[in-house]
Amino acid sequence: MTSTTSTTTTAVTLADLTRMLRESAGEEEGVDLDGDVIDTPFIDLGYDSLALLQVIGQIQREYGIEIPDDAVVDAETPGALLALINAGQQSAA
Amino acid sequence: MSTSTSTSTGTSTSTGTGTSTGTGTRTRTVVTGLGITAPNGLGTEDYWRATLAGESGIGPVTRFDASQYPSRIAGEVPGYTAEEHIPSRLLPQTDHMTRLALTAADWALADAGIDTSQLPEYGMGVVTSASGGAVEFGQRELENLWSKGKEYVSAYQSFAWFYAVNTGQISIRHKMRGPSGVLLSEQAGGIDSIGQARRHVRKGFPVVVSGGVDAAVCPWGWVPQIASGLMSTEDDPARAFLPFAADASGYVPGEGGAILVVEDAASARERGAEHVYGEVAGYAATLDPAPGSGRPPGLRRAAENAIADAGLTPEDIDVVFADASGVPALDRAEAEALTGLFGPYGVPVTAPKSMTGRLLAGGAALDAATALLALRDGVIPPTAPVSEAAPEYQLDLVTGAPRERELRSALVLARGHGGFNAALVVRQPVP
Repeated sequence: MTSTTSTTTTAVTLADLTRMLRESAGEEEGVDLDGDVIDTPFIDLGYDSLALLQVIGQIQREYGIEIPDDAVVDAETPGALLALINAGQQSAA
Repeated sequence: MSTSTSTSTGTSTSTGTGTSTGTGTRTRTVVTGLGITAPNGLGTEDYWRATLAGESGIGPVTRFDASQYPSRIAGEVPGYTAEEHIPSRLLPQTDHMTRLALTAADWALADAGIDTSQLPEYGMGVVTSASGGAVEFGQRELENLWSKGKEYVSAYQSFAWFYAVNTGQISIRHKMRGPSGVLLSEQAGGIDSIGQARRHVRKGFPVVVSGGVDAAVCPWGWVPQIASGLMSTEDDPARAFLPFAADASGYVPGEGGAILVVEDAASARERGAEHVYGEVAGYAATLDPAPGSGRPPGLRRAAENAIADAGLTPEDIDVVFADASGVPALDRAEAEALTGLFGPYGVPVTAPKSMTGRLLAGGAALDAATALLALRDGVIPPTAPVSEAAPEYQLDLVTGAPRERELRSALVLARGHGGFNAALVVRQPVP
């Protein structure tokens, strides 16, 4: 029996998030996701609520975590979404 | 594949003078742009060259494993790489069908020389035809739901499958917020969308994107068509779809279609439109009577009404682009309608869809675009690979080589499964 190492110590980084944004919802022309986007509102990055719903789905699957549906409206920037995700991971631990 | 409709019969006819110029004070509606994605050609000129050369795009199904199904032949659009045509943001939210439609719409608007950002948003509409919606996308997401769970279903499933999605995505992409909609009358829809576009133009909306692009080459799109009993089960692509031939054995489905920019003739002239392919001169739609009623099918009436709507008589029609079912009983019914209206061997008839398959909601739109190209170049494409029509049909079917002749007016016919009939008359633009 091997003990299962939970993923709870793995923090989701901005680089992880931008990768998943690209995979789930594509990248708006004229937007550089590799730039300083941590506090840029998603709407200015070209992502609507459906795009966020899509990427949140991918995060939940990849990290095996639950993110409340309200995150789509509550987290207006990548930084806010990461804070919400990583706080959720710790509380789940 | 579809039911439900919102089309009504053609617009009221008020001229009826039989002159080829008379539409009274009514505004003329013209086609100024074409975008084509077809199994035998990607882009208008590729398609047109292949069609005149008799090159077919029909072959074994490659989009899914059809080996266990009774029908295994389709017309698939070749050489389409979505990433080359569709922005990254739209890729995760679009089905193959919608990508082809967006590409065709881009091409049609560019062909028309229209910069939509320079025109009033609410003066431009979008009306397309659809059959079952984006079934390939929908099937994939439902498979995710059954096999993995709801958290694996794309958020974009909420609209990407929807049969109005082509209209919606074209409208959003080009900021065309005028009167818009979707028509579901199966194969008749491509013509109905053009008729509806003309209606909007006549009400004062100068630019309407119309036509239809469909793509249902996946199990979900396949099974309901098999159930109709009308699909060919022939495995030889050169023999699977032979409309009007003595050995016709049903139809082959295909993907693709055409988008047409329909415009008010006066405003097209004012903005200096580069070219006018032709005038949308006549349109009509009818519904077949209920089975067992004893009354005749409605195709001939649709043709008569469309010709009258154009202010023409059957003698004015230079070529007919037939619905060309490939199902013997339906071929016979269409041949009877044509000989009844034009007399035996009374008009050249062609069915270049023999080289693409029947494109569901895209089929009649592609036929309309093809008829406009025929008017432009004075040439009727052949019904390749059909070598001759069955003699009993008494049709002057254009086979073998294209037939060059001066063409002023063309009649396009379409029948949608479930009793839909539509007819369109396009003619040379008035200088």
